[in-house]
Amino acid sequence: MILVFASAANIFSKPVLTSLLVGGLLAGLPLMFTALGETISERAGVLNLGLEGMMLAGAYTGFLGAYYLHSATVGFVFGALGGMIGALFMVVLCVWLGLDQIVVGIAITLAGEGLTSVLQGAQFGTTYPRLGAPTLASIPLLDRIPVVGPSLFNQPPIAYVCFVLAGLMFWAFRSTNIGLNLKAAGEKPEALDAAGVSVIATRSWAALATGALAGVGGAYLSIVAAGVFTPMMTQGQGYMAIVIAMLARGKPIWVVGASFLFGISLSIATALQLAGINISTDLINMLPFLTIMVALIIFGRRAYLPPGLAVPYVRGMR
Amino acid sequence: MSDGVIPAHPTDVVENVPPPVGDNRQERLPRSRRAAALRDTLIRSVVPVILALVAGGVLLLILGTNPLKFYASVWQNGVQNGSWQDSAMLAAPLLLIAVGLILIFRANIWQLGYDGQYLLAAVLVTGLGPHITGLPSVVFWLVLFLLTALVGAIWTLVPALLKAYYETNEIITTLMMSFVGIDLANILVKGPFQDPTVNIPQTRTIPSNLMLPSIPGTRVDIGVIVAVIAPFLAYWLLTRTAFGLRLHVLGANPRAASHVGINVKRLIINSFLISGAFVGLSAFVDILGVWGYVRSNWNPAYGDTVIPFVFLARLNPLAVIPFIAFFAILSNGGDLAAANTNVPTDFLLVLVALILLFMTVIEYFGRQRDLGQSYLPPGLKQVFSRPIIPRRRGTREVNS
Repeated sequence: MILVFASAANIFSKPVLTSLLVGGLLAGLPLMFTALGETISERAGVLNLGLEGMMLAGAYTGFLGAYYLHSATVGFVFGALGGMIGALFMVVLCVWLGLDQIVVGIAITLAGEGLTSVLQGAQFGTTYPRLGAPTLASIPLLDRIPVVGPSLFNQPPIAYVCFVLAGLMFWAFRSTNIGLNLKAAGEKPEALDAAGVSVIATRSWAALATGALAGVGGAYLSIVAAGVFTPMMTQGQGYMAIVIAMLARGKPIWVVGASFLFGISLSIATALQLAGINISTDLINMLPFLTIMVALIIFGRRAYLPPGLAVPYVRGMR
Repeated sequence: MSDGVIPAHPTDVVENVPPPVGDNRQERLPRSRRAAALRDTLIRSVVPVILALVAGGVLLLILGTNPLKFYASVWQNGVQNGSWQDSAMLAAPLLLIAVGLILIFRANIWQLGYDGQYLLAAVLVTGLGPHITGLPSVVFWLVLFLLTALVGAIWTLVPALLKAYYETNEIITTLMMSFVGIDLANILVKGPFQDPTVNIPQTRTIPSNLMLPSIPGTRVDIGVIVAVIAPFLAYWLLTRTAFGLRLHVLGANPRAASHVGINVKRLIINSFLISGAFVGLSAFVDILGVWGYVRSNWNPAYGDTVIPFVFLARLNPLAVIPFIAFFAILSNGGDLAAANTNVPTDFLLVLVALILLFMTVIEYFGRQRDLGQSYLPPGLKQVFSRPIIPRRRGTREVNS
């Protein structure tokens, strides 16, 4: 009994709190990148089920870039390119040729899983070379906030990029023509076409942007979070990102919040261990998915998807 | 006109027949057209497989493995020297999952939660089975048969209700339930179903006398027979019953379905339950036929690899049989071939993905030919020549 009380008190201790917040943030970052990407393409009417494969492609190419060229930044660029290669299939097959987005999405996921694993095996065999620890950048002043400041505002630079990106997307969706075009491509592609904007081009750029962001999300996993590329390292995070994007209903700010929450549920295991509570890892692994199910049951009524989603656009066809 | 017979131009009848339900098509078409349709189907189904094998071979070459040697090794380890029996036993659960998926895909519902359904059913068989060994073997099997079907069905219930009442995207809900199911299965293996006599996390083993018996003269268990019956049952269900017709209408147009008086909500829930039941049964066949116990973190992920073949068979439960047989051989032989030639086993995933991609491309060309259109997609040329937003007031384009 005393033991239980002691550990309950530990939950609110400083190391546990910081590990929960920082862990949630770090675990949520790849989700945030990927879900932000999915938000773009869902808005434009492309359901991207290949996200998992694109993340893995990005994780692999990003790792290669960082490993051979010794720079995390180069790694992230490579990661974005890797994700875009996956997205290119989506663009050509689904957007240009109008093939089934679900089938192609599943194919991209399988190809990403298989190909990265095969290439990794062919290259490194059963050894998994590690990258050095990522460099951190701290924000002046904010990192002086007591308790959480030093750890929360002292992150790898890519973390700040993510938040800037979310802000940019918020602005772009709200008050630029790009945002309007994307929305029209998902809501009523005929109207966009009638207005003289190419639906195909809009959706192509959206899908490519999604691939790039998913690639960066994957690269984050291999370069910063793990420092190593292992086959299937995304473990369903691509699917989680799709759910986050759907729950956020196309709103970047909601994506940030939801990703942070899921990040916390991903990182809660470490925090609980620090607090001296031992819970089965399977239960912990289950938490994010269970959270999503509960969220879907509660908010199910209000889930909203654009009517043009997953419907290929062919001019003059209804 | 007075006799009530509406004369119709013979060619009109042939030309204007709407795409018929199920496979009635072959009865209505003249012989030459039937042959042409069969040829088209063969081309659309077999060519992607061949192309994928060729492309996979190129990848093997790049990796420094002789593809001919690899494929020969697949044949040796998958078919020859009695190893076809192992392939057949692997095909059994795959076939049942394929049938479960076909039934619900026909309604245009994307039930992708097969992994969780399979594993939960598998774990419950090994968890409950060893406690009821006192029963006569036939009753034992019947109980577990019903149990697996029930478990598989129940695990689809939440996505089914969400889909039926809130139109929540079933891809997401079934995937999430699948992940939850996989973790729950692990918790059960490590917790209540843990075999107390061993240290590694695994369930008790079903006694060998209660495993499904083999077909005389082979190692193949009778579960394979159950698995082969299932596609025929599904075929009958889809083409000869009102349920099949309703499913087809729902898949073609949900709004039309509710307009003709189909209880769409009930139909959605029923199709989920039936699909889940078949997936659950795959665990019955697999565990009682081959494994006998379940280890923690074990997940054969049958469904992922079944999906392409379900599509290749055009959601026809009979046509899926040869495809599953092909894949079972490829998978069974490929695992050993990969080990022999130092290729990662995940190469098979690449092969499956390639089949899917080639399939969609072939499908596209076939569709274009039917419509009499050019092979080049419209708008391909000017796609990237246009800015993402129109230029207004002299502003230059802002690209992503």
